[in-house]
Amino acid sequence: MRKLKADPKGVLTGAHYLDGDFAIAEGSLAAGCRFFAGYPITPSTETAERFAERIPFVGGIFIQMEDEIASITALIGASWGGQKSMTVTSGPGFSLMMENIGLAAMMETPLVIANVQRGGPSTGLPTLVGQADMLQVKFGSHGDYEIIALSPDSPQECFDLTIKAFNLAETYRVPVFIMTDECVGHMHEKVVIPPADQIEVVERKWYVGPRQKYLPYKPDKDLVPFMVKAGDGYRFHTTGLTHDERGYPAINAEAQDWCVHHLVDKITKNAPKIIDYREDQTDNAEIVVISYGITSRVSVKAVQEARKAGIKVGTLRLVTVWPFPEDRIKELAKKVKAFVVPEINLGQIRREVERCAFGRAPAIGVPHCGGWVHDPDDILKAIKEAAR
Amino acid sequence: MNEIRFSGYGGQGIIRCGLITGKAVSLFDNKFGTMTQSFGPEARGSACSSQVVISEDRVLYPYITRPEILVSMSQDAYEKYEPDLRADGILIYDTDLVRLKPARGQIKSYGVPSTRFAEEMGNRIFANLVMLGFFTGISRVVSPEAMKKALPGLVPKRFLELNIRAFEKGYDYGVELLAKEKEKPQKELKPLKNQPLPDIKKNPPRKAKQ
Repeated sequence: MRKLKADPKGVLTGAHYLDGDFAIAEGSLAAGCRFFAGYPITPSTETAERFAERIPFVGGIFIQMEDEIASITALIGASWGGQKSMTVTSGPGFSLMMENIGLAAMMETPLVIANVQRGGPSTGLPTLVGQADMLQVKFGSHGDYEIIALSPDSPQECFDLTIKAFNLAETYRVPVFIMTDECVGHMHEKVVIPPADQIEVVERKWYVGPRQKYLPYKPDKDLVPFMVKAGDGYRFHTTGLTHDERGYPAINAEAQDWCVHHLVDKITKNAPKIIDYREDQTDNAEIVVISYGITSRVSVKAVQEARKAGIKVGTLRLVTVWPFPEDRIKELAKKVKAFVVPEINLGQIRREVERCAFGRAPAIGVPHCGGWVHDPDDILKAIKEAAR
Repeated sequence: MNEIRFSGYGGQGIIRCGLITGKAVSLFDNKFGTMTQSFGPEARGSACSSQVVISEDRVLYPYITRPEILVSMSQDAYEKYEPDLRADGILIYDTDLVRLKPARGQIKSYGVPSTRFAEEMGNRIFANLVMLGFFTGISRVVSPEAMKKALPGLVPKRFLELNIRAFEKGYDYGVELLAKEKEKPQKELKPLKNQPLPDIKKNPPRKAKQ
């Protein structure tokens, strides 16, 4: 892993008025992404449009593929070819990508996928907000594996977290997801893009040793194996089958044990370095509101009202939703009376909070099926009830 | 905090109005401006709208609930969105395209023949800029300098001058109208107390359905 300064060619330094989708495109270009393959789907299309518009001036490739399956497969190829690559999608497109998300995880391929969540299931609400893919992103493909998922709450964070997503993907050789939503994706706000020399970007660990000794899946000290660029003269094999350090199929229980543990450990053992959350006034809080994405902003409105009413409320905003800040929730569960978890689904992360709280404090959900953001009054009501 | 809704029919540049206003307050007036907009079929023909929330602090709730300023550039949009306007709000409309219903509450209405002015300037495509100028002059929620600074990048370069002229035309008309209003004796305002506010639960803020 090498830390570098961003290539100024891709950085549109200055203050802009952008929506979240555009900010993701700018973030990817600033992070050094030069390959984008995608299939248009509301509400994520603007990212693809902006990338396609900008990439001729930056230098790189944009391909509109025949569908989402092809898109993610192209990303895997481009990533092994040495490029930072990304795609955006939503709802049904995300479901189509699932099989090859597993392939990317199995092949330990760094890539970034933004899911601008809309209401589901199926075609659902193409133009309206949802947050109901939060478990799918972690468990959607078959088998045991780990991924990283981030959740921006504003166009500015769409830009910042897209850079972070690429840096994490390159550091850990893993698919990283930007789990934003239609509301943030289509919301215009001020986005400040810093000068290129103030943006830190990370490049994956390239192998430089003798050719005959390269092993594409031999974990380094940080558990992340080295990569080589296709075409640089190294011979390697990679596969979706269970494999050994050489990348050759090894179809037996021992190899499976090593392979799957490696995929999972790489993230879980590095989790303290990956996990990012923002807390406010949790020190003496009776109630802690846990939320992410657009819901975290709406809930602050409810929290302000609750504080006026004399309730001690803190907030914990998940910046990385996966890996989940398990230890922090466990600590808080010992001190607080209850957690309140508003989200635009029927309780996906609430259940995770409940699991971590381990019966020490209840996790009260404020469910919402999607199509609109929460009425802050509903969250306030839940806080008041929890405080009673 | 100001909640503003621009409305009209798809193609009039309604969403552009929201973008220009949002950009102006966020980048040049040093405030927070969050813009959301209609999506789906209505943005391409029927009544559509864009919403801007302007605030001194970070905008937490991105949508508008009870707009205090409604800009209407078509009859459909006026009828669809007028019931959400606050009873003490401001209605800004195109005099040739919107026929007003009897006044409600203490709503103040200001009209401008924006499409006609734009046609006089050579092309009705500038109607939204005339309207934006008028809106800026009447509402005072954003400075005219910021609005003009926000235009480059949001209107075609070769028409920038004409767009600025259209904006100024509307702005001057608005400022004059306000000045005239001040000279006139104030109409006695009815008390608000007994007038029911529209029920937000029954009339939730609308957004595109597809």
